[in-house]
Amino acid sequence: MRALIATALLCAAAPSLAAEILIKGARVHTLGPAGTLASGSVLIRDGRIAAVAANVAAPAGAQVIDGTGLVVTPGIFAAFTQLGLHDVDGVDDSNDDASKDDRFSASLDVVDGLNPRAAIIAEVRIEGVTRAVAAPMAGDHDALLAGFGAVINLGSAERFVTKPRAAAYLQAGERGAQLIGGSRPAAFAWLREVFEEVRNPKLWQGRPNREPLLSPLEAEALKPVLAGQVPLVALADRVADLRALMKLAAEYKLRLIIQGGAEAHLVARELAQRRIPVLLDPSLTLPAKFESLATVEDNAARLHRAGVVTAFMSDAFASQDARNLRQLAGIAVARGMPWDAALAAITVNPAKIFGVDQELGSLAPGKAADVVLWDGDPLELRTYPKQVFIDGRVVPVDSHQTRLRDRYLKRLQR
Amino acid sequence: MEKTGVRPLFLVMVTAALAACGGAPATKPAQPEAPPSPKFPSTYQAPAAESVLIRSATVLTGDGTRLDNGDVWLENGLVKAVGRDLQAPGARVIDAKDRWVTPGIIDVHSHLGVYASPGVWANSEGNEATSPVTAEVWAEHSVWPQDPGFQAARENGGITTLLVLPGSANLFGGRGVTLRNVPAVTYQAMKFPGAPHVLKMACGENPRRVYGRDRKSAPSTRMGNVAGYRAAFSKAQAYQRKWKHWEEKKKAGGELPPDRDLQMETLVGVLKGEILVQNHCYRADEMATMLDVAREFGYKITAFHHAVEAYKVANLLADTQTCVAIWADWWGFKMESFDGIRENAAIVHAAKGGGCVIIHSDSEAGIQRLNQEAAKAMAAGARAGIPVAPEQAIRWITSNPARAMGIAERTGSLAAGKAADVVLWSSDPFSVYARPDLVLVDGTVQFDRKHPKAEPDSDFMLGVQPPRSQP
Repeated sequence: MRALIATALLCAAAPSLAAEILIKGARVHTLGPAGTLASGSVLIRDGRIAAVAANVAAPAGAQVIDGTGLVVTPGIFAAFTQLGLHDVDGVDDSNDDASKDDRFSASLDVVDGLNPRAAIIAEVRIEGVTRAVAAPMAGDHDALLAGFGAVINLGSAERFVTKPRAAAYLQAGERGAQLIGGSRPAAFAWLREVFEEVRNPKLWQGRPNREPLLSPLEAEALKPVLAGQVPLVALADRVADLRALMKLAAEYKLRLIIQGGAEAHLVARELAQRRIPVLLDPSLTLPAKFESLATVEDNAARLHRAGVVTAFMSDAFASQDARNLRQLAGIAVARGMPWDAALAAITVNPAKIFGVDQELGSLAPGKAADVVLWDGDPLELRTYPKQVFIDGRVVPVDSHQTRLRDRYLKRLQR
Repeated sequence: MEKTGVRPLFLVMVTAALAACGGAPATKPAQPEAPPSPKFPSTYQAPAAESVLIRSATVLTGDGTRLDNGDVWLENGLVKAVGRDLQAPGARVIDAKDRWVTPGIIDVHSHLGVYASPGVWANSEGNEATSPVTAEVWAEHSVWPQDPGFQAARENGGITTLLVLPGSANLFGGRGVTLRNVPAVTYQAMKFPGAPHVLKMACGENPRRVYGRDRKSAPSTRMGNVAGYRAAFSKAQAYQRKWKHWEEKKKAGGELPPDRDLQMETLVGVLKGEILVQNHCYRADEMATMLDVAREFGYKITAFHHAVEAYKVANLLADTQTCVAIWADWWGFKMESFDGIRENAAIVHAAKGGGCVIIHSDSEAGIQRLNQEAAKAMAAGARAGIPVAPEQAIRWITSNPARAMGIAERTGSLAAGKAADVVLWSSDPFSVYARPDLVLVDGTVQFDRKHPKAEPDSDFMLGVQPPRSQP
């Protein structure tokens, strides 16, 4: 207890950006070209990784952290959350996850609603989650395109947005069919018409009785998606839906990302060939819906074996469970996924999938210094961060929950 | 068990059919009894079990003991002995070197069967959300034994016994049912013989939302909730008096008994201490309020469920010997869960006089890894200066839930004479990599990882589930 408070104080007083920090003698999983170093050093300078090697000499004046017995990884990257979009999911007033007005949907940008001070962010940050995708959700109206998500930086309120418009979101599958009027064919017809409107703004010209599905600005916003510049994340599980989406993607030159993908293992080879990544919850075993009857416990391992790039997300509490992504990765390992691949699915793979791997997701010179120093195997349940760095800055161990804990421990000791 | 309870179900049906045809012989109705004992008897019967000796394991007995390099001897469906270098003539020997043995895992808060997979409307049967007081409904009448979640809970989570509860839409949600986690066609064939009935009650936001906010009917506030509990228990007291009056004053004279009221029968069961109260309640202040309501009417709250703020009233809960059934780390999904902290379990566990902590699932996914959830709660305690040893933490998912379900005499720990409900884990069950290798219920192997079943237990999954992958 006291040790924790002491650590928090130490962290608050830790040197900021300019200083150099050297972590020495730790087991380092770089997820980059340097691979895994059984005993390695990581030098952090000006918020970036300056060096990663078996031995790095400490520059004069650098703060040296003895990493003996500890493990270093890149920061955890949560591939699907609503972090910054709500304070409490169930408190509507605080919740900006989804638009409830169908005039605005496809063009929505989560950046307009992001709140870097949402309490939940500190809770996941202190547990080693350094970056996340803040994604919009489809509302309860007939618009399947939910808007654009952003990659966010959990370490800085000022530079909270790492990459705006990192992906557009499409609610496909059963729920999409329900939203659009009850059938999958209707959903695909809607999509095709929307895409045609984007391609050809004059589609309905000269037909005054025909209303376009999208306003001109909504259509304009989708252009980068149809140009293949911004990927489209499609929420779908059923193998038939995945095939239909692959066909649609080929037709319209979309860069497709599958999210959910309960039955993706049945088309793993096709997904790999087309380089379509899959975001999934590797803990699922049960058919939540008819569209996921072919759910298998080792979906992640099967996809990995076929060469599909996977990233993990939580099907239960997408935002809160960002801190449990390590557990999900551990579960994937227990079900046959190689350990390194499971760690990649919560670090470098989401960075690749959302196009920020030049900067993030691995430990290599020049990359942003999102680094976690763990007290053991990071996928284990009893492991915890010793220290979390985001952009080279130490994350203070301070949150609503740590303060509640400290208050009540003190009261109960009286 | 009363006499009609053992009558086979098909006979009841035949008699009813005959009566419907008018062909049944006119028989004199039996003398009605004061609110009759529960019907729908268990038909669960454990198959004859082989004698098994699990050798050289790390054994967590479930009652606070750890035995390294220990043996567990099971015979006739019961635990025969736990110790070192046991001799068990004739027993099948399982070498468990480097593996761990625990009692079968018990979940005190499940909705398997009543919110079955797939989660379509037709399978959503856990909340009789038509009135805030539905103490008369029984979750067992909604249980679908073909829910594939039962098998997943057994094979991934080592779950051997579970309490299936109604949901929390209502102040009084109805009775829960304790089940053996064995494949069956009827729920009666899963029903834990002799387990007491329980009553699900709910505090807080859910009844307010379902009735007040969504239907503009009572209750719409927490004060409305409390008025609802008190009104119902007052009515139950009057009902109890009416029956007592008839028993003592009128019965002998041949006067007809009062009409049965199924709702009141449940509440009277609570007042008599025969039905255990499982109370969904998040906030510390509300738990204190509910303990006062219980005091007013003279009943006991067996466990607060969810109880994310239990740590704020840890001493009160220990003083009143109220268990808490909690998640390791769920928080922030609604207002009343905003103050959840990871150290909740450890703080309640360490309360003066000893707190009764249970890690529960309330989830078809969570029930497949209660061991992992307990591990996270343990780890959070250790970091806060409250170390909880594995032999203690295992109680959170074995003997403590057994206590809160009133079945601790039968299961929940590996004591000689108790049911041979056992999980053999591939490694330390508090590791994310551990998996059940063997799951035994009453000494019968219900799962063997080396010899998985060729077909799923659930009829629903037959022919639709892809084959297991070849490792």
